[in-house]
Amino acid sequence: MKTRYTPTPLASHPDEVRIISKRFGQGAQDIDQYIRLDGYKAARKALEMQPDDIINEVKASSLRGRGGAGFATGMKWSFIPKQSQADKYILVNGDESEPATCKDRLLVEYDPHAVIEGTIIAGLAVGAKLGFLYLRGEYRYLLEILEKAVDDAYSKGFLGKNIFGSNREFDIITQTGAGAYEVGEESALMESLEGKRGIPRLKPPFPAIKGLYGGPTVINNVETIASVPPIIINGGKWYASFGPEKNGGTRLTCLSGHFNKPGVYELPLGYPAKKMIYDVGGGIPNGRTLKALVPGGSSTFLLNREEAESASMDYDWFAKRGEFLGSGGVVAVDDQTCMVKFALRIIKFYQHESCGWCIPCREGTDWIKKTLTRFHAGAGMEKDIDQVYYLANNMAGRTFCALGDAAAFPTMSIIKKWRSEFEDHLNGKPCPFEKNVREMALV
Amino acid sequence: MADVTITVDGRKVSAPAGTLLIEACKSAGIEVPAFCYYPGLSVQGACRMCLVRIEKMPKLQTACTLPIAEGMVVTTTSDEVVQARKATVEILLGNHPLDCPVCDAGGECELQDMTFSYGAAESKYMEAKGHKEEQQWSPVVYFDRPRCILCYRCVRVCGEGMDVWALGIQNRGVTSLIAPNKQDHLECEECGMCIDICPVGALTSGAYRYKTRPWEMNHVGTICTHCGDGCKTTLGVRRSKGGMEIVRGDNRDKSGINGDFLCIKGRYAFDFANHDDRLTQPLVRRDGKLVPVTWEEAIDHAASRFKEVRDSQGGSAIGVIGSTRTTNEENYLLQKFARSVLGTNNIDHHRTADYPAFAKAIAGKQNATATLRETMTAPAVLLIGNDPTEQHPLLAWNLRTNLRINNGRIYIVNASEIKMRRQARAYGKVPMDGGESLMIHYLAGEDGAASQLESGELTRDALRTFRDQVKAEKGLIIIFGSELRGEDVDALLRFGSQLGAKFICLSDYANSRGAADMGLYPDLLPGFTSLTKASAFVEEYGALMPKNPGLDIAGIFGAASAGRLGALYVVGSNPISRYNFDPAALKNTFVVVQDMFLTETATTAEVVLPVANAYEKSGSFTNTFGDLQLLKKAGDLAGVRTDFELIVRIADRMGANVRKLVPFGRGTRADMGQSRGAQSGEADRHAVWLAARNLEPKLSPFDPEALLDEIQRLVPGYNLSRLNLFAGQEVHTLAPEHSSVAQPSSPESIVPANDTLFTSGTLGRYSTVLNSVIENRRATPAENEIPAD
Amino acid sequence: MRYSPELEDRFQRLVTIYPWRRSALVPMLLYAQDEVGYITDEVVEDIAERLELTPLEVRNVISYYSLLRTRPAGKYVVQVCTNISCLVTGAEDVLETCKERLGVEEKEVTSDGKFSVEEVECIGACSWAPAVQVNYDFHLNVTPEKVDSMLNSYRGGAKA
Ligand SMILES: Cc1cc2nc3c(=O)[nH]c(=O)nc-3n(C[C@H](O)[C@H](O)[C@H](O)COP(=O)(O)O)c2cc1C
Ligand code: SF4
Ligand code: FES
Repeated sequence: MKTRYTPTPLASHPDEVRIISKRFGQGAQDIDQYIRLDGYKAARKALEMQPDDIINEVKASSLRGRGGAGFATGMKWSFIPKQSQADKYILVNGDESEPATCKDRLLVEYDPHAVIEGTIIAGLAVGAKLGFLYLRGEYRYLLEILEKAVDDAYSKGFLGKNIFGSNREFDIITQTGAGAYEVGEESALMESLEGKRGIPRLKPPFPAIKGLYGGPTVINNVETIASVPPIIINGGKWYASFGPEKNGGTRLTCLSGHFNKPGVYELPLGYPAKKMIYDVGGGIPNGRTLKALVPGGSSTFLLNREEAESASMDYDWFAKRGEFLGSGGVVAVDDQTCMVKFALRIIKFYQHESCGWCIPCREGTDWIKKTLTRFHAGAGMEKDIDQVYYLANNMAGRTFCALGDAAAFPTMSIIKKWRSEFEDHLNGKPCPFEKNVREMALV
Repeated sequence: MADVTITVDGRKVSAPAGTLLIEACKSAGIEVPAFCYYPGLSVQGACRMCLVRIEKMPKLQTACTLPIAEGMVVTTTSDEVVQARKATVEILLGNHPLDCPVCDAGGECELQDMTFSYGAAESKYMEAKGHKEEQQWSPVVYFDRPRCILCYRCVRVCGEGMDVWALGIQNRGVTSLIAPNKQDHLECEECGMCIDICPVGALTSGAYRYKTRPWEMNHVGTICTHCGDGCKTTLGVRRSKGGMEIVRGDNRDKSGINGDFLCIKGRYAFDFANHDDRLTQPLVRRDGKLVPVTWEEAIDHAASRFKEVRDSQGGSAIGVIGSTRTTNEENYLLQKFARSVLGTNNIDHHRTADYPAFAKAIAGKQNATATLRETMTAPAVLLIGNDPTEQHPLLAWNLRTNLRINNGRIYIVNASEIKMRRQARAYGKVPMDGGESLMIHYLAGEDGAASQLESGELTRDALRTFRDQVKAEKGLIIIFGSELRGEDVDALLRFGSQLGAKFICLSDYANSRGAADMGLYPDLLPGFTSLTKASAFVEEYGALMPKNPGLDIAGIFGAASAGRLGALYVVGSNPISRYNFDPAALKNTFVVVQDMFLTETATTAEVVLPVANAYEKSGSFTNTFGDLQLLKKAGDLAGVRTDFELIVRIADRMGANVRKLVPFGRGTRADMGQSRGAQSGEADRHAVWLAARNLEPKLSPFDPEALLDEIQRLVPGYNLSRLNLFAGQEVHTLAPEHSSVAQPSSPESIVPANDTLFTSGTLGRYSTVLNSVIENRRATPAENEIPAD
Repeated sequence: MRYSPELEDRFQRLVTIYPWRRSALVPMLLYAQDEVGYITDEVVEDIAERLELTPLEVRNVISYYSLLRTRPAGKYVVQVCTNISCLVTGAEDVLETCKERLGVEEKEVTSDGKFSVEEVECIGACSWAPAVQVNYDFHLNVTPEKVDSMLNSYRGGAKA
């Protein structure tokens, strides 16, 4: 079936540092235009470099995973064994399903060749000859853009048996998912790519040792991969300089929810959250005030206003608090929003997306969802509040994969920080923010 | 592998490197709870019940997935750990129907036990539970979805264990469920392993469900009566009007050679014992019709006519046909009775393998036959002919397990594409009729045979590789079916012996091997002793014992139709149907039949004696591998008697010396005189000693164990350890190795049973379960077999 | 099973490009559904055969993925995201309006078989919330007012 393509709106702000978004809106989907804008320089340069030098450049850049976990990319690449019986693979994670995250789509839409080029470089660095670009099934129009880009790269001889006339080979296969958040988890992603149910794998063995088709596999997020070419061209130090120590470079920050100027902005790491909210994001609409901030996708601990205004948008500021910067999806929540409803919507997502493999996640998310549904509809009881926290707490750190944590953390932080709003729903009182509650109370 | 030492709850525990923590704990008697973990199946880490705390690790770890490492410090009992398990059980119960009072698994349920151990009693859950109607997936498999806790054991045992892959996991999250391969029903081998392995009552058995509560049954461990593998099966029995009714079969205690394996027959096909057509009264033919009479009448009639024929026409005018499903003691007794009381060597049984040829070829070798257990550990197996999946389900299970767990290699030579070929390292598809024989000669080095073997599937190179690989194997076990007979068996043993291989000769019924070992042959005494080496037996059997070979089964019917057979004694066999003999042949012969049912053969009889089956008596079976195991009496039916008792009673009425026939009392170490109570106390102790072994009182001539004594004394290769036998273990016998066969009798009378998983000779026809499955298959025609995974 | 030549070609290609055949499963299912409307038993059998899998294995996979369906849906599936970013910007009203305009409930198909409505999880358009996907087409910053024109653009099938 045909898909209609309407370009996704682009935003801009003076504080942006345009490294990976520099070609946005300049027709770089076209390979010649991409080349004109320094495209495929990095790949050519990498072909001249020793694999270890590529890896060291990336290490020096202190680039960290943009998919959510924030693992040091150079380090990850260095885990791939130099010698290996089984073939090695690069797997680019474009499943982009973390609620509030909508950045990878822009990269693929406006700069697909950057993703291809980054993948080639990763392949050269670890000695892989085949790369996979996995896009979530909903992104069909992006798949079409990407497929064309890959074909063009082949016809230019940038992919195939003799890339850039170097007698080195590298192939790329594009792949589509079919609707499943869990498939974004790296081991479930490999299962899905192998044509199976998206059930995560036991670790160890880790993908770097035994991944796709049993071979050593590098798995990186689209944005991570797209950040590699500029690093190769301008050097790791240069890239690292944009952010605080160990938090190199920039990242696409997706502002959504109650912002006056929602949109995707490329901000350096360590950018002050306060400026991000009130300057870049234009502040909260309708003269309301900020109640809560989701810092990086619905899987992260929520911040209250004070915390939000003092936060620094880098991995370590959050890590010090035992929390996470996440995936770049920033959601502003104003003071007229019901946090019970918000918590309910979040858990509804994880209940729907739990793969069902392990008991705490499968049953826990369902139980919390049912309880909060009833609770928000006005049939809640005092003990439900602690029960929900108890259930979330039992998922945290005890499930087979991190989806359990992802469901537990926001839930726990909401109950901790906005408990009074839960109490306001007790004793048959109607939701203070919503006259006619949509969900039925199922008791 | 070298041992590593870890600390669990302050105790030092050592186990081989690579052992899973949960197993290391178990070996030290520390129980770590688990739902999804199941020994021998792939690890899942799904249920999270086995979480433990390990020093220097941030999160709780699953003991079921973690191999132990030197110095590991583990806590399995802290509040934190116990709390985690409790929470898991709680949320499971949240969606669980809690219909324990009517659930089959009630009382045998791992979820109940966990709830009990972790006291997740209070119900914190008040939302509506997802209800779903129970579904019938096959005649024997029912699925009650709400009870399922998704441990995926059934899926794995069906796929990894059985290589059937009929169960899948569908949907996701809370809606996940176990699904059958045909959307609304199952098409599989109906082994019931999934039901047995289910920790709760989600999968239940059509044969057992809602019949009784576990605690209302007595459980008796005995041996399956169907194929020649001899699985141990634990029968659940319950009092019924007719006596003791068998309501369930399983082997959950994993004792016995089959571990927890049973096929459909072992698990369900005990039901022939409860069939309405069971005979419960002796019948004698009166003016053309078989009519009920008293036991005295029937036995007198049989005995006096036998005597008459013997005394008037001599023993050679009498034929005896024994059974492949009666005990060793009964078979031994039958041939002893034939030879020493009836005075005839005209004795045979339904042969399904060429044991005499095997015995001749292997005679004198040391421990050259392999046990069943060895088939699960052998580095390599060469399988020639037969279709274990259908005919030896346990052997097939062992070979698959050996491949999965020990990387045991399997080489297959067969004319058909048997399912086992999927596990084969190499598979040689040979031509029908004689292909197996050709292959042996090729393996033995006759390259000439290659030209006849070559085909599309089997190129000359493939042949050569096959031979090289097999010859390179150390510790090979060679298993062959009835395709190989006479000369071929000889050739195979010559080839295999050079490789130092061990051998297994496959026969089809539960005690086919026993019948052969116990001498149900016209030309062979027990232990494949040739008539010329009979001295030991002559002493015991006395003067009447004939010197010359008698008639085999065909000869007996030939003599009958020629009017030269005065009497025929058939014990637990149905030759007319199995060999298609013409019933008319018997019109001038006096026929006595002992059977459970009025079979084709029984209807020709003048006297029919209703008997107990192997589930209803004690004694011993020898499986096709030569492993001897004890039967225990489980079921009971008023009005039937054991074949053993009937043979003795007939002999008695014929005026034979019963004490010579059954030297009872000898096997027991108590003194008969005293036990009669000369000194009070002795008798009691003696009685206790007997009861403890739950065998028929040693004081009666109906004591199979008394004959087991004689068998141990007289039958070569049966001088076994009673200690192990009574401890419930199988004991490997070595009759073939000790045989003295001079000239193996012609193999014409070998007629393979060709049973499938769902048939079992005449017995099978009386199994409601087997019939319902066969019916069901007709209804839904099976398509071609599923690809291996 | 007969597919359009384009799809047949795609299938021929898909089964050859991966290190393991089976990797083609999810894409094949999705493309087959795009053409046939939903995944019929026939499609299951056919794809199972092409990939040397059992129909059971194929069903296990189908039932895992939200985009794959084994029952017919409307020619145009209107998928309204109600996840957090869309929720706080009024997605529930958009969803209600869609249902009301089309006169159907969740997952129902309009009598003319043209439309069905679904509430879906985040579709990665959060900065342009509320977002709606009709089949594979994205509609950004949708408001109840814009629903009509959005739906109309699919009426008359011209732009299908
Ligand atoms: C439940 C779950 C969902 C995830 N979804 C995504 C995703 O949609 N995209 C992504 O890039 N990473 C996702 N991740 C993170 C991946 O597992 C992995 O860490 C990441 O792709 C590695 O790439 P990076 O190091 O470049 O970030 C997810 C993780 C979990 C536990
Ligand atoms: S394999 Fe043979 S012995 Fe074992 S249960 Fe089945 S029929 Fe009985
Ligand atoms: S037994 Fe370890 S997770 Fe189930």
